[in-house]
Amino acid sequence: MIRLRGITKKFGKTDVLKGIDLEIKDGEIFTLIGPSGSGKTTILRIIDLLEKPTSGTYFFDGADTQEPGADELAFRRRIAMVFQKPAVLNTTVDENIAFGLKFRHTGTAEIAKQVASALELVGLSHLSGRRAVTLSGGEMQRVALARAMVTTPELLLMDEPTANLDPVSSEMIELLIKRINTEHKTTIILATHDMAQGQRLADRIGVIMDGGLVQQGTIQDIFFRPNGQKIARFVGIDSIMTGIVTKNTDGHAFIDVNGVCIEAITPLQSPARVELYLRPEEVTISLPAPSGQGVKSTRNRLSGTITKILPNGPFMRVTIDCGFPLVALVTRLSSEDLHLAVGTAVIAEIKATAIHVHAIPS
Amino acid sequence: MSDIASGFAQAVNLIVTLNPEVMQIALLSLYISFSATILAACISIPLGGLIHFHEFHGKAALLTIIQTLYSVPTVVVGLLIYLFISRSGPLGFLGLLFTPEGMILGQTVLIIPIMLGLVVTALGGVDKNIRDTLLSLGATEFQGIFQIIREARFAILSAVILGFGRAISEVGVAMMIGGNIAGETRVLTTAIALQTGMGDFPFSIALGLILLAIALVVVVCLNLVTRRYAA
Repeated sequence: MIRLRGITKKFGKTDVLKGIDLEIKDGEIFTLIGPSGSGKTTILRIIDLLEKPTSGTYFFDGADTQEPGADELAFRRRIAMVFQKPAVLNTTVDENIAFGLKFRHTGTAEIAKQVASALELVGLSHLSGRRAVTLSGGEMQRVALARAMVTTPELLLMDEPTANLDPVSSEMIELLIKRINTEHKTTIILATHDMAQGQRLADRIGVIMDGGLVQQGTIQDIFFRPNGQKIARFVGIDSIMTGIVTKNTDGHAFIDVNGVCIEAITPLQSPARVELYLRPEEVTISLPAPSGQGVKSTRNRLSGTITKILPNGPFMRVTIDCGFPLVALVTRLSSEDLHLAVGTAVIAEIKATAIHVHAIPS
Repeated sequence: MSDIASGFAQAVNLIVTLNPEVMQIALLSLYISFSATILAACISIPLGGLIHFHEFHGKAALLTIIQTLYSVPTVVVGLLIYLFISRSGPLGFLGLLFTPEGMILGQTVLIIPIMLGLVVTALGGVDKNIRDTLLSLGATEFQGIFQIIREARFAILSAVILGFGRAISEVGVAMMIGGNIAGETRVLTTAIALQTGMGDFPFSIALGLILLAIALVVVVCLNLVTRRYAA
């Protein structure tokens, strides 16, 4: 549906986008994740034709949107966008939702029917006559979503749709996004800095950093096989170790990390220099068992001492010194059961398949 | 003190009994100032939209000039228009000098800067995201601009009413372009100046009270409209 080739955008002397190549398929939810200011919004604005790229080509449904004589309005009317800060006009909720249809000269009866159906979709039928500016943030965002959906767009763009909302409103918006995609088959591109949201909603994910699309792929690719240290840090991987492959037997590698041998799955051969990425939830902590008891099949069993414990929502974030720092997430209950504290000696267990091995370019 | 009190009493009497001369002057004032306000609004609102929605070199300088003209002395505008519409002026053939139409032209020119400047400010006060939202919803450029002007309607209405206030209360243009001809071009402000000079205080007070009443009605209407529709 969307094909961007070499899209760049400069604002003054600042390069906001640096050669974006991106393809979005019909009916998918594609999530752009990246830190604030990385260029996510600019990509969405270019796709919605609110912004012209400095260079590069943008094809919508096979048609070049920038060729001389291209009808921007006709393209834009096949797309809808929900902005981070929903702007509602100082009129009723009904009228706010009807704008897109009025601009398309839809008949009054049809407008009334479609507005009612859009209000029902977002669960705001009871607020149809209210002045939109008096709504809460979550309600306004739902009005913005209904206003976008009432035009039955082929492509829905959403820029940080839950950035300023409470958890309940956020969950409601996320459910709506899924429902719109499933029931209306609408292609959705969503920009967010909330990785968990990206993970929850996306079919595919693109990571944008400093104006470049640095990786795109499935949830598994992005969150478990990040393409470099910067992306790994952004997607929540705290344990990043540098090592050298010392031996590789049929893809089962032995990697030396600060004198500790780690087993992982990779085709990289000795003596490749590598980075190992490990998600904290993949590390299991146990107390050292008396010899001979509780032997497990896990490939990597590392002895270490806890150096830091920090609460992290329902979990505890435990840092262990195993010759290198290793971060694990354990439930509060487990932490209490094991009497974990700074200085406690523990065993960290990691499956060889849980470690992503990334070659360091020579 | 008793002169003032008796002047007030006689003034109220003139108003209550609908004195024909007082009424004629008041109605002519309203006709001229309303007409000038409508003309100025028809020019200022679209022009303000053009200035707001387009970026061009010298925009900031233009806005500064417009704001400076808020306080241009009415006699200067009167002089300028006089030079244009006097018999020897470029628009002399229109025969507008000493006519209500000439006064309408003068007041229109007088209030355009304040109305235009305030319209630009009003449009600037509309949330910047509204424009993107409207375009994203499939608005043509015209539909977008129209909706944004609609969004700023209360601030624009205030600009129009301020313009009307400046028009109905000015003396310079009315005196120089109208000539204060009884029954023809005499309006509230010029009549007050003349009657005061002649020592007819009750008549002046009556006209002054009517001017104040007009201002009061306008302000009350504005407040009612704003309260009814504003959030």
